[in-house]
Amino acid sequence: MSSAAYLVGLGLAGTAALLGAVLPARRRLLGAAVMSSAACLAALVGAGDVLASGHAFSLYTAQVLPLTGVDLSLDPLGAMFVVITAVVGLAASCYSVGYGTHQTPSRTATAMLPAFLATLLLVPAAASLATFMVAWELMALTSLLALLTEHRQRPETRDAAQWYAVMTHIGAAAILLGLVLLATHAGGQSFAVITAHRRELSVPLASVVFLLTLFGFASKAGAVPLHVWLPRAHPEAPSPVSALMSGAMVNLGIYGILRVGEDLLGGGELWWWLVVAALGVVSAVFGALHAAASTDTKRLLAYSTVDNLGLVLIGVGAAGALAVVGEQALAGLVLLAALFHLANHGLFKGCLFLGAGAVQHAAGTRDLDRLGGIARKMPATAVLFGVGALSISALPGLNGFASEWLLLEGLLHGFASHSALTEAALLAGVATLAITGGLTATAFVKALGVGFLGQPRSKGAGDAREVGPSMLAGMGLLAGGCVVLGIVPGVVLPALDRATTAGLADGAPRAVLPGLGLALASVRGAIDPALLVVGLLVGLVVIWGALRLVPRSADLRSPRRAAAWGCGREVQTARMEITATSFAEPLQRVFADVLRPDHDLEVTHAAESRYFPEAISFHQRVDDAIERVVYRPVMASVTWWGHLARRVPNGSVHRYLAFGFAALVLVLVVLA
Amino acid sequence: MLTVLLATGPGLLTRIGASVLQVVAVGVGGPLLLGLMGKIRARAEGRVGPPITQGLLDLRKLVRKEAIRAEHTSAVAALAPLVLVASAAVAAAVTPLVTSRPVIAGGADVFVVVYLLLMGSVALALGGLDAGTAFGGMGSSRAMTIGAISEPALLVAVLALAVQAHTSNLTGIVAASLSHPEWLASPERLLALAALVVVVIAETGRIPVDNPSTHLELTMIHEAMILEYAGPDLALVTLGEAMRLGLLLGLVANLFFPWGVDVSGGGFAMLVGLVALGAKTAAIAVLVALVEVSTAKLRLFRVPELLAGGFVLAVVAVTTGLVTR
Repeated sequence: MSSAAYLVGLGLAGTAALLGAVLPARRRLLGAAVMSSAACLAALVGAGDVLASGHAFSLYTAQVLPLTGVDLSLDPLGAMFVVITAVVGLAASCYSVGYGTHQTPSRTATAMLPAFLATLLLVPAAASLATFMVAWELMALTSLLALLTEHRQRPETRDAAQWYAVMTHIGAAAILLGLVLLATHAGGQSFAVITAHRRELSVPLASVVFLLTLFGFASKAGAVPLHVWLPRAHPEAPSPVSALMSGAMVNLGIYGILRVGEDLLGGGELWWWLVVAALGVVSAVFGALHAAASTDTKRLLAYSTVDNLGLVLIGVGAAGALAVVGEQALAGLVLLAALFHLANHGLFKGCLFLGAGAVQHAAGTRDLDRLGGIARKMPATAVLFGVGALSISALPGLNGFASEWLLLEGLLHGFASHSALTEAALLAGVATLAITGGLTATAFVKALGVGFLGQPRSKGAGDAREVGPSMLAGMGLLAGGCVVLGIVPGVVLPALDRATTAGLADGAPRAVLPGLGLALASVRGAIDPALLVVGLLVGLVVIWGALRLVPRSADLRSPRRAAAWGCGREVQTARMEITATSFAEPLQRVFADVLRPDHDLEVTHAAESRYFPEAISFHQRVDDAIERVVYRPVMASVTWWGHLARRVPNGSVHRYLAFGFAALVLVLVVLA
Repeated sequence: MLTVLLATGPGLLTRIGASVLQVVAVGVGGPLLLGLMGKIRARAEGRVGPPITQGLLDLRKLVRKEAIRAEHTSAVAALAPLVLVASAAVAAAVTPLVTSRPVIAGGADVFVVVYLLLMGSVALALGGLDAGTAFGGMGSSRAMTIGAISEPALLVAVLALAVQAHTSNLTGIVAASLSHPEWLASPERLLALAALVVVVIAETGRIPVDNPSTHLELTMIHEAMILEYAGPDLALVTLGEAMRLGLLLGLVANLFFPWGVDVSGGGFAMLVGLVALGAKTAAIAVLVALVEVSTAKLRLFRVPELLAGGFVLAVVAVTTGLVTR
């Protein structure tokens, strides 16, 4: 039953892509969206059934791929990723109906969104090397095309697509190399065969395989220093595609690390997982700092993805390390927390990207310095974006808090493991979680406060109108998920527990007790977010009621409005408001060593006297320091070698004949 | 959820009563502590100073004034003071201040208290940005910057205690501290205490981090953020800030010096707990006030160095705890 529903889902997604390509212009948007929504629902039923029952299914057909056949198998770990993708995909499909209406969408745009969705649903079910690599490459190609759909409007899109294509293919090449190496030594390319022979692999070989695949999967998950594509690609993609990339595609990097490290290689060495945790620490801090400094809404969200995936990597690394030192119960708890955070990240980041897209759609810009006052023009969007922003800031009563609490508990109790290296990783993890918490709150107070509150800073922001019901429904679905999982997180934890058990090589005992709140099974710790929310609501009502008892409370409902304090000046204009740049300035100055902002100050003096400036221009940019320090030199040297190589083939036939002769001699020498 | 409430059995009413008592104690005690600090400062400077009850008198005056808001503000400005007070009240209800058995058993957790405090900070910062003025936004930006560095120090400092007690449950930490009096002199506790003192000074906006009585907008942090509030709204903001001060001082008092906290649930024991809480927080408040008088306010961009020092102390506290156990 679950396999049938899952296959129907894949089929429907494929049909949606076909409809998007062939239907006439007026119908193709709606047709593709309805079909892909149905696809998501079917996949949700199939994968949900696997998660609820804990029974995996396997399918094999030799008809589709010649030589190897297609090998599909969905266990609870893979099913969890399919569920996250299906939920984000459902919201994105719904949203795409309204998003595409301002102009006739191209065939590529309407066809590639469902096609990308189909590949996202396919990857976690791939159960052999060939199937996995085909699905992975299809995902890379469809997402690249989906990213490029708005290249006519914005030339930067092409640049972003180049970065994305190069990074994703270097990653894919590393994964392919690692998996081929693994398959040749494990005696087969099916994952089941590799798992059965995982104990026979030598440690150096397994380590090489792990590092190669980690390189590829970490670049997909946006881990620093392989994250450079993410803050370029996510902002330039159409918003439903950004939501899918950030809420579903980056997750598959985490999936890959777990599938290869735990399932195919059987847990491996302690240092592997310390490397993963170290990647997580660096990514989380770097991402959170850049998110706090960014002034472009979608770039901020992209860096925040680097931050959150970093937290998940810390969890995955800590869980792997704890499992290696034999603490299965604690490993299960930490991995559960990490996977829960990944699911929550899909919900709130999907919601935030869709919200940022709605604002861009209505105000014509995503630059926070040109937004402002959106809450009055687009109240529903503002509330939904607000739910996402407060969730990601981990405020109690929303889902970000539930998973961060679990992660903190897992790391705290992990200190009982008595392994010095693991404890060092846990301490680094806790300190990172603490630092990123404050930075994330700052970043999203900026996004929400500067973008949505105050006065409009540009004409576009002043003329913004609320978006249509389909776009609101897409955001509302994800925001609703944030609220529900924040108040009663217990409803999804049993399913996540099954995914966790499937995700660890030696399994894990149950990590949470059944119930609506969060209660840990193996160690002491429990909170009940629903009671906290009730407490907060009671508090609000009591304070409000108490205020109304005061004699002059009659005017509380409609308080008198007066001009804001302007230091004695009478006119307040939007130009006097704080901007996102100035909001982030103090933090940027504090962390100048990491962020390395570029300042450029030009003062033009009056001709008569140097004491009277005529014009002052100040420019500031916060570029990615890693891109500047690591990537630019590499690119420059590649270009240099390229130019050098161009001198070799100069068009002379004699030279080419000489090359042929030399090659022939070389081959003969080698063979002899 | 209902079953959780019912399962707590016959003591439920007592526990609700105890939590309400704690909220009232923090609500009244917070402004009194502010008054006490003002008095100590005044005396140290050779002035008579306002009465200790000045904080409560100010609240009475403000709440009776006309409700007035800045033009163009949205519901956020109206909600922010309510959320600030409500989050502080819930934090006060779940923290073991008077009794170690608060009503929301599943909320008495150090991380919950830290994130409830963050909730209040976020609400105020959004309220500061709502009117779209230069000062409000500047205050929000500065407050969030300082918060972004002090929150981690707070979290890691309480983590040091949680690691020592093997639980993040506040009731559990208090119980463990009561049965291990020798912990008070342990190096990780002393380091964590030092870190927490830095955090308390930053979170409550005292000198050397912020000057609560400044009148120059450009030097303001917290006061700039709440510049647009007046009347009942300002009363709520002032009350909320005073409650956060009372809560943080009470938390420090009971985590490090838990003696006197009611663990039995009896009426007399609660009275003892209340008196003990008052005495301990008053002692810490006097110390903070004396520090305030004897130091000058730091430049804004020197403050992060102080807070980073607090964060490093907290990390060292956790490390020391792990090494010496």
